[in-house]
Amino acid sequence: MPDLSINFAGIKSPNPFWLASAPPTNSGYQVMKAFDAGWGGAVWKTLGVPVVNVSSRYGSVNYRDKRMMGFNNIELISDRPLADNLREIEEVKKRFPNHAVIASLMVQSRQEWHDIVRDVTNAGSDGIELNFGCPHGMCERGMGSAVGQEPEVLQTIVEWVMEVARIPVIVKLTPNISDITEPALAARRGGANAISLINTIQSIVGVDLDLFAPYPIVDGKGSNGGYCGPAVKPIALNMVKNCAQHPDVRLPISGIGGIETWRDAVEHILLGASSVQVCTAAMHYGFGIIREMTSGLEQYMAEKGFRTIDDMVGRALPNVKHWEDLNLQYKVTASINPEKCIGCQLCYTACEDGAHQAIRLQPGTRTPAIIDENCVGCNLCSLVCPVEQCITMERRDDGTRHQTWKERTAADDIPITFNDERAGGRHHWVPEPAAALGKEREKTLPGKARLYKEVAVKQKITE
Amino acid sequence: MAEYATPTTEQEFAGNFAQLKPLMSNSEAMLESSRCLFCFDAPCIKACPSGIDIPLFIRQINSGNATGAARTIYEANYFGNACGKVCPTEVLCEGSCVYTATGAKPIEIGRLQSHATRKVMDQGKHLFQPGAATGFRVAVIGAGPAGISCACELRKLGHEVEVFEARSRPSGLTLYGVAPYKITNEETLAEMAYLEAQLGFRVHYNHPISSRPELEKLESEYAAIFLGIGLGHTSALGLPGEERDNCVGAVEFIEQLRIGQQHTAVGRRVIVLGGGNTAMDAASESARLGAERVVLAYRRGKEEMGAYAFEYDLAKSVGVQGLFNVAPLEITGNGKVEGVKFVRTATRNGQVHPVPGSEFVEPCDMVIKATGQAKQTRFLNFIPELQLDSRGRIVFNPATYQTTNPRYFAAGDAANGGAEVVNAAADGKAAAHGIHGFLTKN
Repeated sequence: MPDLSINFAGIKSPNPFWLASAPPTNSGYQVMKAFDAGWGGAVWKTLGVPVVNVSSRYGSVNYRDKRMMGFNNIELISDRPLADNLREIEEVKKRFPNHAVIASLMVQSRQEWHDIVRDVTNAGSDGIELNFGCPHGMCERGMGSAVGQEPEVLQTIVEWVMEVARIPVIVKLTPNISDITEPALAARRGGANAISLINTIQSIVGVDLDLFAPYPIVDGKGSNGGYCGPAVKPIALNMVKNCAQHPDVRLPISGIGGIETWRDAVEHILLGASSVQVCTAAMHYGFGIIREMTSGLEQYMAEKGFRTIDDMVGRALPNVKHWEDLNLQYKVTASINPEKCIGCQLCYTACEDGAHQAIRLQPGTRTPAIIDENCVGCNLCSLVCPVEQCITMERRDDGTRHQTWKERTAADDIPITFNDERAGGRHHWVPEPAAALGKEREKTLPGKARLYKEVAVKQKITE
Repeated sequence: MAEYATPTTEQEFAGNFAQLKPLMSNSEAMLESSRCLFCFDAPCIKACPSGIDIPLFIRQINSGNATGAARTIYEANYFGNACGKVCPTEVLCEGSCVYTATGAKPIEIGRLQSHATRKVMDQGKHLFQPGAATGFRVAVIGAGPAGISCACELRKLGHEVEVFEARSRPSGLTLYGVAPYKITNEETLAEMAYLEAQLGFRVHYNHPISSRPELEKLESEYAAIFLGIGLGHTSALGLPGEERDNCVGAVEFIEQLRIGQQHTAVGRRVIVLGGGNTAMDAASESARLGAERVVLAYRRGKEEMGAYAFEYDLAKSVGVQGLFNVAPLEITGNGKVEGVKFVRTATRNGQVHPVPGSEFVEPCDMVIKATGQAKQTRFLNFIPELQLDSRGRIVFNPATYQTTNPRYFAAGDAANGGAEVVNAAADGKAAAHGIHGFLTKN
């Protein structure tokens, strides 16, 4: 039986799934309910300077019938009294001594930081997370992402915190920055014990077409919010990887961003996270969704033979390379399984219009065929195909040759002029431009079901 | 005990004849439209006789443009709402959906279609207007799917149109011949009113054209005449006893049902003769009207029935019993129908042969003959130079729908011998272009 428990920079929890600092961790009631449901830890909704919230706080990006594929909020940090939060942290810790309670904090002056760090430590918190990420409202007051975007300020505040911290300190990073490793390095220089990322991405999730205002709408107006949910996972994964691969960051990473299933969590872990934080999924489906995450993770670990989470952390990192290190001799082409093809021809139109004209239609069947010599192995057809394992990418090189751009550069064998013989697209067949005109127009634009010729009226009956 | 109690009120009738394809809610339409793959050169379009750009209208519903969806539908088919409900989608668009190859359910195209069209109808959102007046006048005989579609398209092309209809209401078999669980009278008529309000053709109801002088009058007043006259009464079987009370034609029975609704009389024990879709409808309808026992008698085997499999399944689901390989010999009774005398049959080399000595009488108190409709040959013979084919269908040029009398055009059941509403609607519209070409050619 795999062991899901973790020790994250000194913070222990029975599994790597923590609720992120957000509305689901607004109260002791919610955190207790979450722990009862099986969550391993919770980062309390940020405590700090007093705030006032607006009504109408969240917006959503729906994809067809799927709701909340992306999600944003313009809510601020906790608007509850500090004393209430501290009392509830204490109560939760008494009831759940083995679960992780991490206090997220955001204040301004050195004294305020010292005071609040002591307060939450005295309340029994297992760790502290510094909220340097909030991209709306708080940053306008010089906090949140305003700190996360200034590595020197970030470092200074971390140093203030470390002056009094007796429990592990995590710095939560904002993704609203061009190089995530800069604030990560600043956190390290300041003495932080760990980092967590990503906080939400500055966003407008949509515009009301009648009111001409961005969502969520507050009395006819809106503001940029913080974007999260399944849609942000790819951005989060890349930033987690960047921090995990950087030789000088060397801090435990709590991965955040688009985690809804065990699979998302494993991806974060394989790229270097050793705990994961979840918010949108809990806001969408409630705390009960944890049962799918833990069971999936356990199953995966058992099948792969991982005994502990640490066995998995960063396992994909050696395979994440710079582009120049990829093998230019590797060659795949698409293969369509006619037994599985249902004839939607999405692969055909995708390749024809969006790729390399390497798929053709065949008379007498709706199953298209790959034109091997035109196929560059881009994957597009296999991505649009709605049938599982119908279009597969098959390896065509013999696997014996390996040559990267870097190696070619070193060997002085790279194309250097605009029309260089060695350029990749040279001699690759493309159709004549004019061959596109009118091609399969009745299939691409079947709109006017019956295309009647316009007949000009030349004659009138005389009354 | 019958499956259904005899309906005595409007509500009970609506319950027994509950819509097979009820209106989709916005939520259901969102879910269902989200499934569509937007196939290239989509098979559903090709399967639709009116060639509606189905993936486009589904995507328009999905992206919150139901009005655009309705426009896509109506631009291809003026009976867009009716077709969404009454088309045999199982063998047309939905039957060709690529999802069927995965084992998944096809997209519910028919219901999505009516979801969009009902929106514009209910909101009274107009999509069309008549074209600039050309001065040409066209007479349309018959306000069925072919005639109304032809009239709509002619108006769009700027021609003046007068429609002459023998009955008191428009839409032909869509109202008078389709099973009530497929579409209600109100919904059918609402679409007709919606089209008329936009395109402004005039319909003269209770105005049959049935004589040579009447035709001559039309010929003198109109530049072209469109024949959308459909078919006639149920053909006679030529059996002894066919004239007995309660031996009726299916077409007449269904028409009576559509008009009389819950006031339609049905027998306690009904025998329906025939194996086509109309037979299935008549049998289902008898059961839903509260008949205790409904027997569907067909002279060949079950597999050889002309009806779609889903129509037979529907009839079975309401308690109809199949009686196969039997041929009727006589309608027995004493003034009123008391039974049908059958002989069992065997099919050899495609030919049906009676099995001697196998006669038996199946008792009943009503017989519904669903054995095809007669052609309106007598009327058509009033039109000079008009040729009919060996099966009584009007001969026409498939490109222009022009008949052998150049001023006459034809489409719908009278020309194709009897098909779906969608065929008549598509062909009637196409015929308008034939007429347009004829009128505007020097």
